[in-house]
Amino acid sequence: MLKKTLNYLDRSSSILPELIAIALAFLISAIILLITGYQPIRAFAALFRGAFGSKFAVGQTLTQATPILFTSLSFLLAFRSGIFNIGIEGQFLIGAFAAAVVGSSITGLPPIIHVIISLALGGLFGALWGFIPALLKIFTGASEVITTMMMSYIASHLTSYLVNYRFKAPGWVAQTNPVQPSAILVKILPPTQLSVSFLISLGFSLLVFYFLFKTYLGYQVCAVGLNPTAAENRGISVHSRILMAFLLSAFVAGVGGAGEVLGVHGRFVEGFSPGYGWDGIAVSLVGRLHPFGCIIASILFGMLRAGGMSMTRSTKVPLDISLIIQSLVIILVAAPSFIKFVILRRKN
Amino acid sequence: MMNIVALINISFFQAALRMATPIAFASLGGMYNERAGVVNIGLEGIMLNSAFFAVYATYLTGSSFMGIIAGVASGLVLGAILAVLTVKYHGNQIVVGTGFNVFGLSFSAYMCQKIWGSRGASETIIGLEEKSIPILAKIPWIGPILNNQNVLVYLMILIFILSHILLYKTHWGLRLRAVGENPQAADTSGVNVYQYKYFYIILGCMVASLGGVFLSIGHLNFFAWGMTSGRGFIALAAMILGKWTPFGCLAASFLFGITDALQMRLQALGILPSQIILLLPYAITILVLAGFVGRSIAPSNYKPYVKQ
Repeated sequence: MLKKTLNYLDRSSSILPELIAIALAFLISAIILLITGYQPIRAFAALFRGAFGSKFAVGQTLTQATPILFTSLSFLLAFRSGIFNIGIEGQFLIGAFAAAVVGSSITGLPPIIHVIISLALGGLFGALWGFIPALLKIFTGASEVITTMMMSYIASHLTSYLVNYRFKAPGWVAQTNPVQPSAILVKILPPTQLSVSFLISLGFSLLVFYFLFKTYLGYQVCAVGLNPTAAENRGISVHSRILMAFLLSAFVAGVGGAGEVLGVHGRFVEGFSPGYGWDGIAVSLVGRLHPFGCIIASILFGMLRAGGMSMTRSTKVPLDISLIIQSLVIILVAAPSFIKFVILRRKN
Repeated sequence: MMNIVALINISFFQAALRMATPIAFASLGGMYNERAGVVNIGLEGIMLNSAFFAVYATYLTGSSFMGIIAGVASGLVLGAILAVLTVKYHGNQIVVGTGFNVFGLSFSAYMCQKIWGSRGASETIIGLEEKSIPILAKIPWIGPILNNQNVLVYLMILIFILSHILLYKTHWGLRLRAVGENPQAADTSGVNVYQYKYFYIILGCMVASLGGVFLSIGHLNFFAWGMTSGRGFIALAAMILGKWTPFGCLAASFLFGITDALQMRLQALGILPSQIILLLPYAITILVLAGFVGRSIAPSNYKPYVKQ
C-alpha cells in the first residue's frame, strides 16, 4: 500500500526539485534578513518552534493548512482537465458567505443536518460562481485565466457590499450575524482553532484521489487534460468533462470557505481570507498536482503562516518574511527546468 | 440626479486622468508583455514594488527624479526574472505572476516596517510637483484637463504616442507583432525571436512599474500597504478592453479612471455603495471577453517558443 502511494506521489523521479525550490526560497530569504540586519538562523528557529514546537503550535499550523488544502485540491481538480482556475479565491469567498447566511438564518435544525446543509450550500454557491466562467469557456472560448480572476474580484467586492449593507450584524465591524450553535464545526484541539474542518479537508483529499485515479470519469477528466484531441477521438465528451472538473473544483473551493466560517470564525467577517485561494495555486504545484502531495505542501504553507506569527512575537522580525518565503517558493516551483539547471550545475 | 450632473466638471476629469494614469502605464506594460507572448498576471506586484522603491529612493536622496529611476529599476529587475524564467526555462507564466503578486505585497510591507517601523504606511515625502504648461492650457476642451498635472501624466501620454508609432509605423513594431502572432514565421524570416521576447518583457515591466511610481510619489506622496489595490488586475482588464492596442488601452484606462473618480465622489455623497462601482470594470471585462461587447482576439498563444 505504502509503495503504491509513493508511486502515485512521484511518477517521474524524485521530489528533489521541490525540495531545492523550498531550500532556495529559505536561502534567498535568509539573505534578505541578513541585509536588513536580522539573524536568519534565530528567525527560522523561532518560525519552526512556532509551527511545531508545542501542541498549540501544531494546532495552529494545521488550522492554517486547512483552507489551503481545500483550495489546492480545487486548483488540482480543474488543472487535471487542463483548466486554469485562478478564481478560487472568489469561489472560496462566495461559499463562505453562503454558509454564513445559511448557518445564521436557519434555526431549529439538528446540529449534524445544519452543518451538512451549510457546507453543501457553501459548495454549491462556490460551484455556481465557477459555472459562469465554465460556460463562457465552453461556449465562447473566453480564457478562463482572465474570467475566473475577474469573477474573483467581483466576489470580493460583492461580499464586501453584502456584509456592509444587507447582511451586516449590528455594530461597527463589517460582519454577518454569528452562525447558530447547531451549524458550528466542533473544535478538535482546544484551545487552538483546529476544527473538524481539517478532518473534512483530509477526507476531500481521499475523495479527490479516488475520483481522479480510481474512477472512469476521473480517468476521462485526466485524459482530457493531457490531450483533448485524443480524448475526443476516443469518444470522450471534452466539454462535459471540462465542465464537470470546473464545477467540482469550484465546489471544493466553496466548501473550503464554508469550513472557515463554520469552523474558525463562526461568521463571515470582511477580509477574513488573507488570500487562501491564491495559496492554493502554489500549494497544488509544490504538491506535484497530487491530492496527497497537496496535504504535505499545505502543511508547509500552514507552517509558514502560523510559525510566522509566533516568530514576529519573539524575534521582532517583520511577519512579512514568511510571505516572502511563500512567494519565492511559488516563483521557483513555476520553472522546474530552472531548478534542474541549478542541480546540474552543482553536479558539474 | 442633479447632484451627479453637478459633479461632472473640469476637476472631475482631472481626477479621472490622474486615476487613469497608473492603470494606463500598467496596461501598456501588460500589452508589451502579451505581444511578446507572456501573460503578466504579476503587474500588481511589480507596481507595488516600484511604488515602494520610488518612495524609498526619494526619502534617501530627497529627489523625486531618483525615485522614478529606482522604481523603474525595480521593474527592470522583476522583468528580467520573468523573462528568464518564462522564455529560457519555460516556467509557467501564470504561476510566476502569482508569485510576483505575493512577493510585491510582502516585500514592500517588510521593507516598510524595517525602515519606517510600520507595515501600514511610510513617512510622507515630497513627491512630484504639478506643472503648468501654458501651451497645453490653450487647447480647447481638453486643455484645462491636461494642464496642471505632474510630469508622469505627461510622460504617460508621450509614451502612448511613441508606442503607437513603434508598433504600427516601424519595422521593429511589425516584427514584435509577428513574434506574438507567429514566432515560427518570424524566426524563419530572420527575426531573433528570443531577443525580441526578452526586450519587450523587460520593457513592459518597466513601463508598468511607472504606474506604481505614479501612485506613490505622484499621487499620495507616501507608500501604503497594498496601495495598488487591484489596479494591476484592472490594467489587465483595460488591456483586453483596449484590444491590445496602445490607444485602446489608453481609452479603456480613462474609462476605468472615470469609474474610479466617480466612485470616490459618489462615496462622499453616499448615493451608491462604492463596492458596486468598484466591481464594474471586472464585469465589463468579462462581457468583452465573452464577446458581448465586441470580440477581442489575443495577440499571441502564449506558448514558450522552442527554436526548431
